This record gives sequence, C-alpha cells and structure tokens, in this order.
Amino acid sequence: MYSQGLDQRDGRHDGANTAEPAEALARFQARIDAEEKIEANDWMPDAYRRTLIRQISQHAHSEIVGMGPEGNWITRAPSLRRKAALLAKVQDECGHGVYLYAAAETLGVSREELVDALLEGRAKYSSIFNYPTLTWADIGAVGWLVDGAAIMNQIPLCRCSYGPYARAMIRVCKEESFHQRQGFEIMLTLSRGTAAQQAMAQDALDRLWWPVLMMFGPPDTDSQHSDQSMRWKIKRFTNDGLRQKFIDATVPQAQYLGLTIPDPALRFDDASGHWISGPIDWAEFRRVLAGGGPCNRERLETRRRAHAEGAWVRAAAQAHAARHEAKAA
Amino acid sequence: MTESPMRLWEVFIRARNGLAHQHVGSIHAADAEMAVQAARDTYTRRGEGLSIWVVPSAAIAASDPADQSMLFEPGTTKPYRHPTFYIVPEEVGHM
Repeated sequence: MYSQGLDQRDGRHDGANTAEPAEALARFQARIDAEEKIEANDWMPDAYRRTLIRQISQHAHSEIVGMGPEGNWITRAPSLRRKAALLAKVQDECGHGVYLYAAAETLGVSREELVDALLEGRAKYSSIFNYPTLTWADIGAVGWLVDGAAIMNQIPLCRCSYGPYARAMIRVCKEESFHQRQGFEIMLTLSRGTAAQQAMAQDALDRLWWPVLMMFGPPDTDSQHSDQSMRWKIKRFTNDGLRQKFIDATVPQAQYLGLTIPDPALRFDDASGHWISGPIDWAEFRRVLAGGGPCNRERLETRRRAHAEGAWVRAAAQAHAARHEAKAA
Repeated sequence: MTESPMRLWEVFIRARNGLAHQHVGSIHAADAEMAVQAARDTYTRRGEGLSIWVVPSAAIAASDPADQSMLFEPGTTKPYRHPTFYIVPEEVGHM
C-alpha cells in the first residue's frame, strides 16, 4: 500500500538478530499475541523497529508526495465548492504526513533524516503517485479509488501493535472518509452529465484502475516481509486479501456510476461470492516502484524544489527563535 | 545535508470547557508561538478543540518502562484501597 516498497527486497537482513536474547524475543511475541500495544520506550526487536520505521516513513512520504497529483488541480477546480473541498483534502494529506513522521520519530529517527532519504531517492513512496492526473475526472477517481484503497488498508492499521502508529492511523481514518466521498461525488456528477463528461469519467477509471490495484503491493506469493509483519501484527491482512476486499467493494460502485471496469476477465464467482479480477501486470508495478513510472522524476523534483525553496523560511524561524531566547536569557 | 532539527513539542488540546487538556500528538516548530499555530493547523481542523497547550518534548520527564513492576506493583496489590474490599450487608442498602 502506501508502504508497498516494504515488500521488495532491500538487501538488508531482517531476520533474527543473534544479539537479542531468545527469552526477550519470546516475551515480546507473547505481548503481541496478547494484543498488548507496544509503546515507544518499550523493548522491541531491532527488526521490528526497522520495519516500522520503513513502513511508517514510506507511508508519510506517500501522504506528502500524494499532495502533488491533486494540488495540480486546485487552481482549475470547476467550482468554488470543489476547490474548497480539494484544498481541504490536500491540507489533510499534509497533516497525515505530519502525524506519521511524528509516529516514526518515536522510534528514534528524526524527521529531517527521513525527509532527506526521500529527497535523495533512498526511500520509497506509493507507486500510485507516479501516475499523472490528466483531467478533472482524475481528481474524482483519485478520491474514490486511491483514497478508497487507502482506507481499506488503513482501517486494519488502526489495530497495529505499535501504539503511536495505531493512534496516528485512527486520526487519519477519521479524516479519510470525506476524501473518498468527495471523489465519488465528482464521479457521480460526471457520470450523470454530458456524453463528454461520462467519457472523461470512464477514461479516468480506465487509466487508474490497474495502478490502484497495485497499491496493495505484490501478490502474497512474492511478498518478502508479509509473514513476519503478520506475526508482529504490524499487518493484519495480506496484500491479496485487502486487494480482494477492495475489488468486492468497488465493482458495485462502478456499476452504480454506469462505468465499466477496464478488465475484460473480471467476473463474479458465485461459489465464493467474490469478484475475480484478471491478471495484474506486475512488471509495470516493479518498473514504477523502481523509478520508471510516468511521473517519478517530476514528483521527486517537485519535492526537492519545495524543500529547497522553503529552506530560508526554516532558517529564519530558527534564527528568530534563537534571538528571542537569547534576549529572554 | 541534514538540517538542524526543528524543536519538537507535545500538543495537548481541551476539546471543550469542563474537560482536561489531553495529549493528541506532537509537532515541530522553532518556537512556542509557531508551535501553537502549527498545532492549530494540524490537530484542530474540524473543531476538535477550544484551547491548545504546547510543551517542549525535551521538558518531559518520564518513568522508565523497565521500572514498571517496581513502580506500579504497590498500586495493584492493595485491594483494601477499593470499596469492594469491604463487606456491607445487603439490608444496609446503598453505601
């Protein structure tokens, strides 16, 4: 999902650390099994800490980079109502990034280090934000599908074993529901509009459907870190399990809109009661995650530029604070 | 190059009068005034509060989780501190 890069090999060893006593590990696992929350100052295995830092920071980066594709349309929103809603949504994404960086910091990293890792291209963010938002309908589709997929992933994260992450996710989830509904409303308006508007809505769905399914990460058979994350209750459902829940929830919504899911193989399976999707192009997923998506370069450049252009503001704020403190002393 | 870190603040919000300020999260800011503004933007976008406290995170002294049993065991082994420890006959009624 927003931390789908976790499922890729990163060349680091995430297995048992031999320096950690087996009894401490067993005690830790027992706390997890008993559904106890782990808090910032509690003892935790190195690999648990590392996994969480990567997952939470990738999630935070996704929120921040995710402001780009939507911010692109704020000045061109078709009405004041749409503009105000979009502005509020983008502001929420920024807030979510801030909650998540703060949660990651409780594990002993600084936000500055995490941001540097993003800007230097060492950190990942969700592949979905490397696709362009070409028309206004894309803003509807992003809210409906991207935020819909995010909610599917984030609701179980509210029960994550790590307390600060779980609490951040509760705040995020409370705010996210408006995002999906405002997106669906845009799609509804377009799909009940002129033929050109209907075509625009269908085109957005055609381009975003498969990238949205990829948001849930690689299939369970290829996922590198899934099992350990499930045992540690960082993750509660597998990638494929969440993807299936999303497809089952979304297909009827598309039907309501009168739009066609761009998957000729999609069929309802009576026996299982699930919508069965056609094959996903995992080569495209790997390409986008590795930097080869349509907007990877532009997204990172935008972040770098924003960070560089804000440097004097941060420096001035620090200087102002230092001077006032010196005066007060 | 990593910039010098912005100071970290813990944010407490009073949801409405009559309630205590509650910890809601943290925020980075250069000074207290900006911390209050950033906390307003980050934690009260939907009417979550009427009052904000910010406290430098570095100013918080905390107990060590490793001392948990030593610190709190005395609080859990004294049932006579609870009203249910004492027997009051039913005919006496509510007490």
